Amino acid sequence: MARDLTPLFEPRGVVVTGVSSHPGKFGFVALHNVLSCGFSGPVFAVGREEGEVLGHPVLASIEALPENQADLLVLCTPAGANEGIVRTAAARGVRAVFCAAGGYSEAGPEGIEAEARLVALADELGLVLAGPNGQGVVSTPAGLCAQIVAPYPPRGRIAVASQSGNFVSAFLNYAGQTGIGISRAVSAGNAAATSVADYLEWFAEDDETDVALCYLEGLPDGRAFYERVREVTRRMPVVVVKGGTTSGGQRAAASHTGSLASDDRIFDGMARQAGLVRAATIESAFEAAATFATQPLPSGNRVMVLTTAGGWGVVTADAVTAHPDLTLAALPDDLRTAIDGMLPPRWSRNNPIDLAGGETRDTIPELLDLTAAHPEVDAIVQLGLGIQGNTASLTRSGPFHPDHGLERIVDYHERQERRYAAAAAAAADAHGKPVLVASELAVARPDNPMVAAVRDSGRLCYASADRAVTALGHLVRYAARRRART
Amino acid sequence: MPTLSEAASRRIVEDAGVAVSPWTTAADIGSAEEAAASLGLPVVAKLCGDAIAHKTERGLVRLGLSSADEVGAAAADLLAAARPEDGEVELLISSMVRGNRELIAGLIRDEQFGPCVMLGLGGILAEAVADVAFRLAPLERADAFDLIDDLGAQSLLDEFRGEPAVDREALADTLMALSRIAENTHIHSVDLNPLIVVDGRPVAVDALVETA
Repeated sequence: MARDLTPLFEPRGVVVTGVSSHPGKFGFVALHNVLSCGFSGPVFAVGREEGEVLGHPVLASIEALPENQADLLVLCTPAGANEGIVRTAAARGVRAVFCAAGGYSEAGPEGIEAEARLVALADELGLVLAGPNGQGVVSTPAGLCAQIVAPYPPRGRIAVASQSGNFVSAFLNYAGQTGIGISRAVSAGNAAATSVADYLEWFAEDDETDVALCYLEGLPDGRAFYERVREVTRRMPVVVVKGGTTSGGQRAAASHTGSLASDDRIFDGMARQAGLVRAATIESAFEAAATFATQPLPSGNRVMVLTTAGGWGVVTADAVTAHPDLTLAALPDDLRTAIDGMLPPRWSRNNPIDLAGGETRDTIPELLDLTAAHPEVDAIVQLGLGIQGNTASLTRSGPFHPDHGLERIVDYHERQERRYAAAAAAAADAHGKPVLVASELAVARPDNPMVAAVRDSGRLCYASADRAVTALGHLVRYAARRRART
Repeated sequence: MPTLSEAASRRIVEDAGVAVSPWTTAADIGSAEEAAASLGLPVVAKLCGDAIAHKTERGLVRLGLSSADEVGAAAADLLAAARPEDGEVELLISSMVRGNRELIAGLIRDEQFGPCVMLGLGGILAEAVADVAFRLAPLERADAFDLIDDLGAQSLLDEFRGEPAVDREALADTLMALSRIAENTHIHSVDLNPLIVVDGRPVAVDALVETA
C-alpha cells in the first residue's frame, strides 16, 4: 500500500511562506507560480507583514491561516522558522509540506539536526513531508505549479520524481518542447521523509499517470528500493536514469567477484531484475517515458521499417539488427504480394519497405495500416516523412509564391504531410502496435507540417531513427518482461 | 574477512548444488598417489589450507599430472612449500577437467544492495574484458536465465570449437545454488573461478569461500 501523497499532489488549497515583495525571492516566485498556472483552490501567502504581493493578500503570520482550507504548505522560510510554522499549519488542517528551504542535511551538522527534528515533527503530526531543499511540486491535473523555478509543463501521463531538481526542470522542458505532457513532478530534495520509492508507489496508484520517470543519484538503502520498485514495475513502467556512482564501500580483497563488482554493474543488474527501464541519458530517458505514455505496448519484438527513400531505411535496419531486444521482421509473403499491388516494381520488396520514389508517397497511409495489421509485425518505424512539407516551406517563403500554381502545390504538400502523420497515429490506435515516426525535422524544422501533425496527434516525432529504435527497444523489453512475469 | 580452505569451500558449494570437479584430500604423498589413482589420471594437485587464498600466485597449483610419479613429486613439492603462517595444510587432488571456455561465478554482499550473484567470462582475460553481470539474491529461476542473457559474449555460450552449447539449465542451477548460499549469513562471499565448461556443463575447478 502506497503512502497517501494525495494532499501533496491534489491539495484543496496551498499556503506559501516566505513571501516578500522582492520578485527574486523564492517565496515570491513560488507564490507567482501557484497563482499563474491554473490552480483553482484557495491560495494563502504568508510574509513578515500584512500587505499585498501580486495583488494577492499577504498574511503576517501563519496564525492568520483559516482552518481547513489548505492541504499543502510550501516552505520558503529559513530552516529556523519552519518547525513552528509547520506545527501551527497542521493545527489549521494542513496535511502535506513541501519544504523548498535549504539549510538542512546538505548544510552541515546543525542542518542535519534540524532535518531530523522536522522529520520527527511531520511524523508526530501525520504530515507528508517532501524535501527539504527541493525545487517543488507540479501537478497538472490540479493546475498546480508549487515550485521555485520554471517551467510549468503541458498536462500528460508522465510522472517525474527526481533526486535532482535540475533534472525535473529538464524533463519538464522536454515535455514543453515535444508536447508529451506531465501528470505530476516532484523534486525529492534531501528526501528526508519521502523518497523516490514513495513517489513511485503513489504514481502506480495514480489514475492520471501511465509511466514514471526518475533521476537517481544515490540509494542509501538500495535493497529496500529494489524490493519496493519491483512491485511498482509490475503495474507501470518506470524509466530510470542514474547519475554518478554510489559509495561502494569496502570490498573484500580476496574475492575476484568483489573486484569485478563495480557499483554500476550491480545497479544495472538490480535495475534489470526489478524491471526498471534504464536509460543511458536524460534525453533518452524522457523519450522512453514519452514513448510509454503515447504508444501501445508491443506484443513482440518484430520491427518493420517503412521509408520513402533508401538511406534512412538502411541505417535503421542496422540499428534494429544491432539492438539486443529487437528483430528486423521478415517481410511476410502475403504482405509483399499486397504491396506489389500498390507500388511500382522498383520498391524494395523487403524490410525495410522502401517506397523508392516520390509519386508513391500517396500510398503511405494505406501501407501503414496494412503493415500494422499484419500479425507478424509487432512495431513500425516510419522514416522519410516531411520532405513535401520541407519543399512547401521553401516554396512558400520564396519570391514566386503564390503565383505559378505554387499556392496549390504548397497546400497539397502540407495536406499530405498531415495525412501521413495522422495515418501513423491511426495505425497505432487501430492495431494496438507502436508506430514511431522519426525525422531530423523534429528538431531542425519543428514547424514542418508533418512534425506539427505528429505532435498534434499526441505522439513524439523522434529526432533520429536511432532514437526511435532506442525507445522502441525499451518498450519491447519491458513488455516482454511483463508477459513473462505476470 | 577470513577465508576457508579450498576443501572446506568445495564442501559448501557442493552441498548447495554446484557441480565441482571430482576431488579428494590427501595428507601425504602416499595418499595423494592413491587419490590420483582412484580419481583417474590426469589430476591436479594443490596445497590447501584456510589461510591460502591465492594458490596460483604462490605456485601451489600443479596441473595435468599424468603419472603416479608426477603426482608423488608434485605432492612432495607442495608440502615442502608450506609456510609456518599457512597453519594446517593438506593436499587437494582433483580430476583435471578440460574445456575451451571458462566462466566465473560468485556471490558478494554489497553495502547498498546486499547479497548479489555474479556471472562473468573467466580465464586470464576476465578482468580486462570485464564481461560480468549481477543479480540480487535471492534469485528466481527467471532471474538466473536473465543473468546468463546479460553476458555480452553470447556467442561463447553457443556451440564453440567442437564443444556443445552451454547448458543454460545447468548454468542456472549453479547460479541458483549461489543464491541459496546467500541465505547463510555467515558466508560473506563465494568465488567459483574458474567455472570450466565441460561438454556444455559448467564445472567449478576451484572455490573460495570467505566467512563473515
